[in-house]
Amino acid sequence: MSRITPPRSNATRSNASRPPVARKQVTRATTPRSQGASQSKTAWRDRLSAWQAHHSNCAIESLLRLLRTPLQSTLTWLVVAIATALPATLYVALLNIESLGYHWQDSSQISVFIKPAAKSTAIEKWADTLRTRADISDVVYVSPEQALLEFKAYSGLGAVLDDLTENPLPAVLLVQPSSTTTGEPLERLLAELASNHLTDDARLDMMWVKRLEQLVELASRGVFFLAALLALGLLLVVGNTIRLAIESRRDEILIVKLVGGTDAYVRRPFLYTGLWYGLGGGLIALVLLSLGLAWLETPVASLAELYQSEFNLRGLSLVHNLQLVLAAGLIGLAGAWLAVGRHLTQIAPH
Amino acid sequence: MIRFQNVTKRYATGQEALSRVDIQIDRGEMVFLTGHSGAGKSTLMKLIMLMERPSNGRIEIGGRDTSGIKRSGIAHYRRDIGVVFQNHQLLFDRSVFDNVALPLQVAGYQNSDVGRRVRAALDKVGLLHKERANPVTLSGGEQQRVGIARAVVNKPALVLADEPTGNLDPALSAEIMTLFRQFNELGVTLMIATHDIDLIERMNKRVLQLAEGRVIAGGGNL
Repeated sequence: MSRITPPRSNATRSNASRPPVARKQVTRATTPRSQGASQSKTAWRDRLSAWQAHHSNCAIESLLRLLRTPLQSTLTWLVVAIATALPATLYVALLNIESLGYHWQDSSQISVFIKPAAKSTAIEKWADTLRTRADISDVVYVSPEQALLEFKAYSGLGAVLDDLTENPLPAVLLVQPSSTTTGEPLERLLAELASNHLTDDARLDMMWVKRLEQLVELASRGVFFLAALLALGLLLVVGNTIRLAIESRRDEILIVKLVGGTDAYVRRPFLYTGLWYGLGGGLIALVLLSLGLAWLETPVASLAELYQSEFNLRGLSLVHNLQLVLAAGLIGLAGAWLAVGRHLTQIAPH
Repeated sequence: MIRFQNVTKRYATGQEALSRVDIQIDRGEMVFLTGHSGAGKSTLMKLIMLMERPSNGRIEIGGRDTSGIKRSGIAHYRRDIGVVFQNHQLLFDRSVFDNVALPLQVAGYQNSDVGRRVRAALDKVGLLHKERANPVTLSGGEQQRVGIARAVVNKPALVLADEPTGNLDPALSAEIMTLFRQFNELGVTLMIATHDIDLIERMNKRVLQLAEGRVIAGGGNL
């Protein structure tokens, strides 16, 4: 169907009296064929920039629309924020426990308890041979006297120990395996140290580190499961909110469809609304998270001090923060997409 | 411009709204569509707008077989048809200007273009001075004129009007009809559904009469 394309002055009455056929000839005569291609190219470019304009219009207008009903929007944002902050908090907790585990794993060493009868010169000699080995980075010899002094200083039992007639503590070699010695070679080193004739007992306290690692692994799966459930919940919350928004703009949608609005055109403002819900909720979640971390920082620091640890509570990195907000935004967008897909097709002019 | 060949529309309820209808309307014609309610007027309009599809028969609009238009193509197809409703269907959350601009924005016109065309359309219906007003503050006749401006702003070749004067007094109705006649003289094909027999007689145009889903007069030569 050809659109009637009268020249500029189509509004003037003088044209109105002319019969349609004559007018069409005039139109054709004033637009020669050679201009057709360049005209359609500019029209295409115009359409593209109009499309961009509609996108930015939709983005701004849907945000303003949300701000016009601040109470309702804030409630939705808070729901999104809490559902995002919950798994994020657990994730941060896991990160910290994990880093704690690595901290202790690094300081893992083999304690070789020496038989009480062994002479200190023999022990020193053995310690020197051990120091030359490639799979051992350091050996510290703690004589029974040193051990007793340390024990007195840190245990708070100084006075009781003074009453002892002899030193009950054995000599100890603290063997630090090199950082590359792990797994089976470590086990072999342990067995070798244990079988020495000076050794009473050799211990590698790694079991609890392994257990902690397993627990963290289990917990992180739990967190992912929880995050997936909450994401699903978010999808439904945003979807439902968008459904209500669609219902409230039913008349507008009908008219837009009747005057030739495409599905994409009708969909766009609602998709942006979903995106804003997600992004806004994600930002609030970040605020909640950093408030929580700030609140815990002091007690954690004093606890770490009691354990003589350098441990610091870690938050999310900048990249992680951005990812969190982006993920929330995408979930909002997906929720809107679900609602729009289901409900916009039902609203058809009749 | 409009060509119905042996068109039947049966609804899911079993009711036959149109039975074997043949209609031919040429480009540039102005045709009134009459008949009692339930005679099939709105079904005919809906078939042209592709709000409904025929159960049988062939519909050509502007030389194009509508059965070849897929769901995704309907939006673009509708941009070439202007529609005027009985209850004008204006949006009260925006100004007169924005209401009229809607079909242009939907079709992706440039903002500068939109402004020029909207003002031209409002000027034609004599409401240029009300462009910033909210439609709710306008009288019934003015609201209908805004509806007409919106229908013609895209310069469609075909305009459909469903009871455009249904809620208006005779003087205002005549005013609206004069507007339609002016558009027709500009080359726009018009189909106006109405009950208003007096008005039709005064206009002296072709009358397409429907009764119980059949054309009983003015179907044209196929």
